[in-house]
Amino acid sequence: MIKNISNLGDAALYCDFGNKVNRETNTQVIRFFKSIQKENIESINNLSPSYNKLIISFDLKKTNFKDLKKLIENLNITNEDDLESKKIEVPVCCDENFALDIVRLEKKLKLKREKIYENFFNKEFFCYMTGFIAGMPFLGDLNENMRAKRLETPRVKVPKGSVALTEQFANIYTFESPGGWNVIGNSPLQIFDSSKDSKEESPNLINPGDIVLFKEISKKQYENYNE
Amino acid sequence: MSKNYFQVVRAGINTTFQDSGRKNLYHVGIPFSGAMDKRNYLLSNKLVDNEIDSPVLEFAYQGPLLRYYGNRINIAITGDVNFIIKKNNRIINGNCYQSINLEDGDEVDILSTNKSVYGYLAIGGKIDLKYQWSSCSTNTKAVIGANDGKKFENEQQINISKLNKNLAEKKLDYINTKIENIRIIQGTNFDYFSDKGRKIFLEKEFIVSKLTDRMGMRLEGPRIENVVDTNIKSEGLIKGVIQVPADGNPIIMLSDHGTIGGYPKIGVVISADYDKLVQLTPGSRIKFKQVDLSSAETLFRLYDLETQNLISQI
Repeated sequence: MIKNISNLGDAALYCDFGNKVNRETNTQVIRFFKSIQKENIESINNLSPSYNKLIISFDLKKTNFKDLKKLIENLNITNEDDLESKKIEVPVCCDENFALDIVRLEKKLKLKREKIYENFFNKEFFCYMTGFIAGMPFLGDLNENMRAKRLETPRVKVPKGSVALTEQFANIYTFESPGGWNVIGNSPLQIFDSSKDSKEESPNLINPGDIVLFKEISKKQYENYNE
Repeated sequence: MSKNYFQVVRAGINTTFQDSGRKNLYHVGIPFSGAMDKRNYLLSNKLVDNEIDSPVLEFAYQGPLLRYYGNRINIAITGDVNFIIKKNNRIINGNCYQSINLEDGDEVDILSTNKSVYGYLAIGGKIDLKYQWSSCSTNTKAVIGANDGKKFENEQQINISKLNKNLAEKKLDYINTKIENIRIIQGTNFDYFSDKGRKIFLEKEFIVSKLTDRMGMRLEGPRIENVVDTNIKSEGLIKGVIQVPADGNPIIMLSDHGTIGGYPKIGVVISADYDKLVQLTPGSRIKFKQVDLSSAETLFRLYDLETQNLISQI
């Protein structure tokens, strides 16, 4: 449950679910997020669930930190909703032109690239959250020996489809964007589809609670890839 | 083809359609977007008698050159903008905050913004645009919103499906003021930084870098030293958050920001100062000044009241 609510700036509540990043804490965050979503509170602009936090940003013209905090604390949060889950295979090509940070990562992790790929492919990853630039899935968990920090200075442009690692997580860049994760390959799969813009459909291929398996493909398979 | 339309002769550097943005999509990774400088956006719509949250053209630095075809129409430009209107070989110097009627064949040439970044062009009528998630704001990074999610290109058209009946030319006396001090509230990771680092953040000058766009503003200056961890577990962001990556240079999240970030948050720009912040050009100097939550709330109320006052004067 929420350990503490503080303010993030003057127009957001910062709900902290504790330091632990695991499926249990994340499931609590997502339950909380879904319960608040159902309430359709008019003054709330956005809800951002993450591994162990929920940020509630609001319209400062309609409410303020103190009032909204009270309202949130008095909500009845249900524990019943089971998270939906599906299994998705994601093809990844690790050609040198795609694996922008593999050399850096070999040094950071003190592992040969073959070992890095062996630790990465054909393992089950859990989707904790989606976000950044539309639909990026934050997937965990990597083995202890695969955990590296972000780049010192984030890249201004990370190519679309880049598959990247940081700490215990893997991710797929759904668009060309700035970013600081260690890029090890590229996926030809379409992760975000903006034509699905109705309330009922998710534009995201991968949603929180889903299971993802990465599958290695060759440069040739990548070039001929057809969804 | 629409009967009333603008031909885009020159697109400008970064011209997009914007409105008041899209809500409740952070969790799928879609940011708020919308007009960067909200006050100037609202004023432009009021000057042409539109609903206040109608879509407008937002431009940065050099704006578009547009040629109009159709029945008489009212337009207005807000911000600090140099522009001219061409009517039958006659050139009129344009005034911001003053609506003007255009007729078939007239041209609007938006030459540049003056020591500011964004300007707004409102068109008195309904622009024919695609809405996604109840907003037509273009987000070029996620390729969503009006204009197929892209910025303007030369030779495209802006179709007007309905003209406003009221063509009265309206005027507002208003001058954009500049600020050098950007007020902030301490961020959730303020204690990740050394005493010296915090002092640098709150007392030294920073310079707006060229790597600044609708997503974020990168700053350069003395390094802000982190003594706890240069990464946090990725979590939500909101506009105005100031993240400091390992290199010690702050990045401020702006309207098209990524919804998730993993660098420590040293501060958050207060809501009242956001419109002024986004207008700072690369090379501008910034100094941060810390305020508490209740002062930030009061400052926002004052800023909003002032905006409402300006709107009611039109």
